[in-house]
This record gives sequence, C-alpha cells and structure tokens, in this order.
Amino acid sequence: MNAVYTRTKTLNGNLLGFCPGCMHGTVFKLIGEVLEELNIDGRTACILGIGCCGLAQEVVSYDLATAPHGRACAVASGLKRSNPDTVVFTYQGDGDLASIGLAETLHAANRGENITTIFINNGIYGMTGGQMAPTTLVGMKATTAPDGRDPGLHGYPLHMCEILNQLTAPVYLERVSCNNPANVRKTKNAIRKAFQNQLDGKGYSMVEVVTSCPTNWGLSPEKSLQFLEDNMLREFPLGVLRDR
Amino acid sequence: MKKVFMKGCEAIAEAAVRAGARFYAGYPITPQNEIPEYMSRRMPQVGGVFLQGESEIASVTMVYGAGAGGTRAMTSSSSVGISLKSEGISYCAGARVPMVYVNMQRGGPGVGTIQAAQQDYFQATRASGNGGFKMIVLAPATVQEAVDMTYRAFDLAERDRNPVLILGDGVLGTIMEPVVLPEMKSDEEVAALKQKNRDWAIVGHSREEKRGFIDPGYWSTDMQEAHCVSLNEMYERWQREDVQVEELYLEDAELVFVAYGTSARIAKSALKLLRAEGHRVGMIRPLTVSPFPAASFDKIDYARCKCVLDIEMSIPAQMIYDVELALRERCAVETCLRSGGNLIERDDVVKKAHEILKGGVER
Repeated sequence: MNAVYTRTKTLNGNLLGFCPGCMHGTVFKLIGEVLEELNIDGRTACILGIGCCGLAQEVVSYDLATAPHGRACAVASGLKRSNPDTVVFTYQGDGDLASIGLAETLHAANRGENITTIFINNGIYGMTGGQMAPTTLVGMKATTAPDGRDPGLHGYPLHMCEILNQLTAPVYLERVSCNNPANVRKTKNAIRKAFQNQLDGKGYSMVEVVTSCPTNWGLSPEKSLQFLEDNMLREFPLGVLRDR
Repeated sequence: MKKVFMKGCEAIAEAAVRAGARFYAGYPITPQNEIPEYMSRRMPQVGGVFLQGESEIASVTMVYGAGAGGTRAMTSSSSVGISLKSEGISYCAGARVPMVYVNMQRGGPGVGTIQAAQQDYFQATRASGNGGFKMIVLAPATVQEAVDMTYRAFDLAERDRNPVLILGDGVLGTIMEPVVLPEMKSDEEVAALKQKNRDWAIVGHSREEKRGFIDPGYWSTDMQEAHCVSLNEMYERWQREDVQVEELYLEDAELVFVAYGTSARIAKSALKLLRAEGHRVGMIRPLTVSPFPAASFDKIDYARCKCVLDIEMSIPAQMIYDVELALRERCAVETCLRSGGNLIERDDVVKKAHEILKGGVER
C-alpha cells in the first residue's frame, strides 16, 4: 500500500490540548508540513506567544522559545540577527500580537526583520477565558465587554494586515482562514511563501489566519464556522495585501 | 600594560566586546547613552549586532532572543529604564538564558533625576523582576573595576545561565579614568564559546538531536517548585563561592564603614584621612552586593568596634538591611546618606565618623 497522507514528522505525537473546533492544530500541522517540504525543520526556531498557542510547546519537534507576552517579534529579531542561518518564526494570537505586543510587532515589521510571523486572529482572548481582544468585533460579547464591544467605550477592531501595509519594509502580508478545505490549502500556500521569503532573505512576512474560538465564543464548532464566515470575514476580508 | 583614558560607559562597552559579546540592544536614557552609542560603532567592526530597540522592553527581549541563540548578549539602561527591563530579566532568569546588563543608577523613584544615585539597591538585589529570582550583582567603584567585572560577568552569566548585573551609577558611567583593557577574545574563541551553548540554544536542531527549548513556564506545580529549588541551590552556592569584597583594617577597627560603588570611593578617601588622624577606622566594601559579603562582618573585633556606618547615595538606606542581617546586633549601626543625585561629601563622612568616635551619637 502506498501512503498518500501521513502526519508531519514535526508533530511528535504528543496529545494536542486544543478545544474541539479550534484551528490552532490545523495551523501547526500546515506549518510543520511546509517546514518539512522546504527541508528546514532541522534549522527552525519557533518563538511562541503567550496564550492557547502555548499548548503547542510539547507537541512540535523543532526548537522553541516562549516569548514574554507580546514580545515574540523582539525575541525573533534578537535571535535572527545573531543567528542568520536559523529560520525564525513567531506564532502569536491577537491579544499577544495586536494588543500588548503592538509596538514590538510594528517595529520589527518596520525594520524589515527577516522573520516570519503567523498571526492567529480569533477576536478573543482564549487562554484567559474570553476577554475582549483588540480584534473583537463591534457588538461581540466578551467577559470584559458583557454588553458587547461598544465603539464609544472600546474603539474598533484593529486590522493588523492593513496597519502593517502602511509601512515600507514588509514584503508579504496576507490574510487567510482555515474555515474550509480550499482556504486551508490557501493558508498552507501563504505559510510556504512567508517562509520562502525568509529563505530568500527578503524580509518581514506576516500571515494572518482568521480562526474561530468555539469555547469562548460560546458556539458549537459548526456554528463557529458560520459565525466566522458571516461576521469575522466581513470585518477581516481575506486576500493578499502585499507581495513583493 | 598599556593604559588608555576612557569614559566609564565606553570602557564597559569595550570590555564587553573583548569578552565576546556580539549582540547589544538598548534604548537611550541618561546617564548611559555612551554605551549604546559606542556599541553602534563597535559591534559592526567585530561582526556583532547592534540594535536600537523601540523601548527598553523590546531591547531586553531582543537580548533574551540573542542569548537564547547562544550569543553573548548585553543590554544597559538606568533606573527607570531598568524597571521596564524587569520583565525580560525575569524571563532570562526563569528560562536560564545568560545575559549581562548594566544599570547606571540615577535618582528615583519614577523618572527621578539624571544624576548619580544608588537608589536601586533593593531592585538590584531583591526584586529585579517577578518570581523572587536572584542574580550575581557586581558593584564596581572605578572604571578599571567596571572593565574587569564586565569582562568576567559574561563568564558568570554563561556558567550559571542566569542574568548578571553590573550595578554602577551616573558617576561611574561618565567619569574618565586610565584603564588597562582586558585581552580581546579572537573570532575563533568567540565562535567556540557560542558553539558550547549549541546543545541548549534555539539555533535549530534536527529531529535526531535534542531540541533547543527555552521556556520559563511550567504546566506542573511540582516542576515549577523543583525549578525554584534548583535555582535556590545555585544562589546558596554563590554565597559560598562567589562573594567578592574588599576589607580594610577590620582587625583594629573601632568604626567600620560599609559602602559600595561611588559611595565607597568617597568613604575610602574619608577613611585615609581619619587613619592619618590616628582613628581606627575600617571598611567593608562589597564588590558583589549579591551575594552579599556577610562573612566579612564576622572578622570585626566587636570588643573594639563601637559602630558600623552604612554609607549610601540612597534615602532611605537600602543596603542597611543586608548590613543588619550580617551584624546580628553585635554593634550599633549608623547611616551617612545622600539622595536625589547629590553626592556624599568626604567631609560629611569624616564629620559623622568624628561624632561616632567621640560617642556623640546615641543609638
């Protein structure tokens, strides 16, 4: 029998701790497949943000460091500049990348650091239990916005791809999702491109993945997909914002 | 040995480069701007990296990243900037990432003044970040000491995989003095030092190798506790093996000064004057304020010694808690303090000593 599909060797077989319907597992699978296909998993270091993504620490085979909350791009800048042959990527959620780490994200992108950022945007704080994120939709309820996000009180969702698109240095900015098989394939292609750019020494690439959080959205995995398509993708339209 | 005339900040930066530091990230703050400025010129000459971070937080985190990759890495700041760095320093201590940093202390709390002070002793020795970790804290009093301590700090940081702090102040940072610089490590030596860290560094390991894993977090309370226990064993080892101190005339002293850094320089000149007058004054000068030289206090002859004078550029006194712990009430303690960026005058120390020796000061 021919094996037509196997698990990427970069997932070591340890149990994934993510909730049912969460897309972190899918994204880590895609990253692992890309690293294997590019034959770079043996020289890659992941800089992990704080939050649910921490559950991947013991699941992936490649080198890994945990960053202080929000600071992954600063850790990656220090590591990549002092070890240019190491492939360095950050993996961060929306609270991490767009709230507490906004400065580190923006300035690393502005310096054109030759790193890859995978940004998971599900519009909510997952690990801490459903608090309002900088990407929470207007009207969407959170444990710290019990009546829903009110622009008069909380402002509007931040669009990170669009914000970084104001900068001169970044080379690649794309927003994708994993809500259906076609988009999963597009996500993988985007991740591959973001790593290839680094291998080519081109500079800063970010892939924003719009994902769901059934647990903290209070919806079933199926209804979460519907919510994502009806609401998240309307606020965060998919597509390539920059590709140089 | 050839002497060169250098400013404290620049001499420290050069010593770091000679010790093999190949990564520096920092953010401007007075009185230590000459360190990042010097590094921005010097690092490219030796194939190293200089990065001006967007903040102190980013800078220290860049150092965490470079250190996690096995490179000898350094940052520096002053007082209020060091507070911002405390997150990254705590991460280095928790994840066992070696790093060296410099605090050229200024007045505080808050933004304070830009002049020299010793207002960060608690922060340096007690609470440099969350989690109750400790560091070896070196307290140079001269530019030469600063150079020698900086050179050694990288070895200590790597030996322990822990942050090491050079605790200076605005005087040390801006004063110019003749110094003998340490030997420049060759490119081969620097590369070999980095290679030694490869086992644990996150440089990328193949699936057949043990992966590099840098993480200050634990999912299990027992693992976290075991980690704290092992760190504590290291702190206790420092107390036995790494204390450095200068002791003067403890055997006959009726009065003992305790001071570090710039205060100690001033205290020492007062001591010379007092000894010339025939007064039996001694001195304990911690070169490591952490671990603190508590055992030196056992060398004082308490049959003679009336009092220990704690001399600091800090109000309230901070080192005094370590002094009192070491003294265990064997004699009285007095203070001679200035703050806010004001220097202690030699004559203030002399006057205070005269009062004590005449019995004019009651405890």
